[in-house]
Amino acid sequence: MNSPSIEAVNLSKRYGSFLALSNLSLKIEGSKCVGFLGPNGAGKTTTLKIFTDMIRASEGKALINGIDVHLNKKKALSSVGSLIESPEIYPSLTPREALSMVSDIRGLPRAEKRKKIEEVVSEVKMEEWLDKKVGKFSKGMKQRINIAAALLSDPDVFLLDEPTTGLDPRGMAEVRDIVKSLKTRNRLIFMSSHLLNEVQDVCDEVAMIDHGKLLVYDTLSNVTSRASSDGGNIVDIELLRDIDERTVNDDITSLANVSSAERPDPRKIRIHFSGGVQNQERLLLDLANLKIGMISFHPSASALEDTYLRLIKDTL
Amino acid sequence: MSKPPGKSLSPSGSRILPTSVSQVGTITKYELVNYFKSRRFFILLAIGLIISGIFTGLVAYLGVSKVAPCPPSTCSSPVLAFYSFWWGSSIAFVIVLSGIFFGGDAISGEFQNKTGYFLVANPLRRSSIYIGKWLGALTASLMVLAIYAAITVGNGLYYFGANVPYQFAESLSFSILYLIAVLGFTFFFSSLFKSSSMSILVTAILFLFAFSLIQLIVSGLVQIEPWFIITYGSGIIGNVLMDTYPTTQPIRGPGGRDSTTFAATIPEGIAILVAYFFATAILGLVLFERKEFT
Repeated sequence: MNSPSIEAVNLSKRYGSFLALSNLSLKIEGSKCVGFLGPNGAGKTTTLKIFTDMIRASEGKALINGIDVHLNKKKALSSVGSLIESPEIYPSLTPREALSMVSDIRGLPRAEKRKKIEEVVSEVKMEEWLDKKVGKFSKGMKQRINIAAALLSDPDVFLLDEPTTGLDPRGMAEVRDIVKSLKTRNRLIFMSSHLLNEVQDVCDEVAMIDHGKLLVYDTLSNVTSRASSDGGNIVDIELLRDIDERTVNDDITSLANVSSAERPDPRKIRIHFSGGVQNQERLLLDLANLKIGMISFHPSASALEDTYLRLIKDTL
Repeated sequence: MSKPPGKSLSPSGSRILPTSVSQVGTITKYELVNYFKSRRFFILLAIGLIISGIFTGLVAYLGVSKVAPCPPSTCSSPVLAFYSFWWGSSIAFVIVLSGIFFGGDAISGEFQNKTGYFLVANPLRRSSIYIGKWLGALTASLMVLAIYAAITVGNGLYYFGANVPYQFAESLSFSILYLIAVLGFTFFFSSLFKSSSMSILVTAILFLFAFSLIQLIVSGLVQIEPWFIITYGSGIIGNVLMDTYPTTQPIRGPGGRDSTTFAATIPEGIAILVAYFFATAILGLVLFERKEFT
């Protein structure tokens, strides 16, 4: 079986004189999470709606696993789980009934339907509400059921439009964990978000869009490296105990590929280094060998933010 | 890679989905579940029972001969007069209410309430959603119609014994045809608007006032046969229960003014209702297919 893919081919969408999407070409293939970033009105939701045939492209094609969504929606979406905006479920139905409808539409075997519904509802932590009417649910609870609906048929491709909208911080963390677990199950996730730290946390690649135009599509590390003036990457380190200036300036700065290091507070270090993920791995090992009490090591969220702001500013 | 549970895969690797007919059945089923659980069905049923109760009370209190008089000089069948009074005078109203209740916001509600976002992004054709919802509305309406017909026949049996005129079966058939046409029409308006209240309001105004008014003006004042109005075609429901089926004929009014009263023949009535159904249902489907979830 081929790896899952989605592809936008010269995709444009006009609303009267307003060009919501301009000649977007983007091919994403393989098991990964791609964050889709851009300001309000950039064209993120428009793109995702075209991929689910909720709206039609003015020009171009949207392909999922090589199948044109508009020409053969049923086949193209057969292996897609989606969450576009925040769908409402018939208020009089219970999650069990709503998910039962989705599983019938998607042809889940009758024998497995009940088990699968309970499984996905448990995954979004809504077991207690399985047989309560959706009309009484908060926005966040409805969003959890929508996520459950997207997971129901165990699709290969996920199209998620700001999936953590309406969720409390715990719910957001749970959704991030779900997305991370999907990646380990060889799924392709294309996820729009306003939350850069969320994208930084779960995504491998980033596509940025503004005014309907694709600004960049690359790996997270390549995109974040653009934020650094020396073209390098930034990682943030958190420590269990205080570190002194001398260790930062002498020991850490002298590590391979490190261009500079700073200490925003006694238990945090920000390191600028050059190269890709191999160098990042080497840096991690070197830092561990220094035994400085490192308890976390992650690419800087502000690096993505810097890149985002710079790219968006450039298009104004 | 082993096949994960719940995945039915075709040789090409894509999921094996149910047929579109099966998906239509799923939509119909859950549309009905929604009608029952949202109490919409029971509200309409209650209205039907109230109307039946009023008729039952009237007949019981005033007597059959008062409410459905059948003077021997002009009327040959008291039982037909009874069914004409009961069924012929009220069923069109019940059908229109069914159309408004079940069809008025069937499609527009999917846009306004954003429930369509939950459905449309799934691997099924929009036509499956449209047809499934239409069949759900038809099934719910037929249930109400059946209960209303049962009460009518029950009263007829009580007063006239097992002497149910065959014209009632004809009228019942035409009522079902009218219901089909009304639902086609309401689904068209429901597809036309994105606002539920607007589609319900327009449908209600058209069926409860506008069509009757236009029919009256066109036939009474302009003297043109209103064959293009659905309610003119639905006249066959009541006409077939008349002692003598009315025909289009010239009449001399007060002051010696000549005019014409129009009545659709049974084939004309059927043709009007069938044409309305096909034209509006297909147009509604095309609108829904093209409408965007913006």
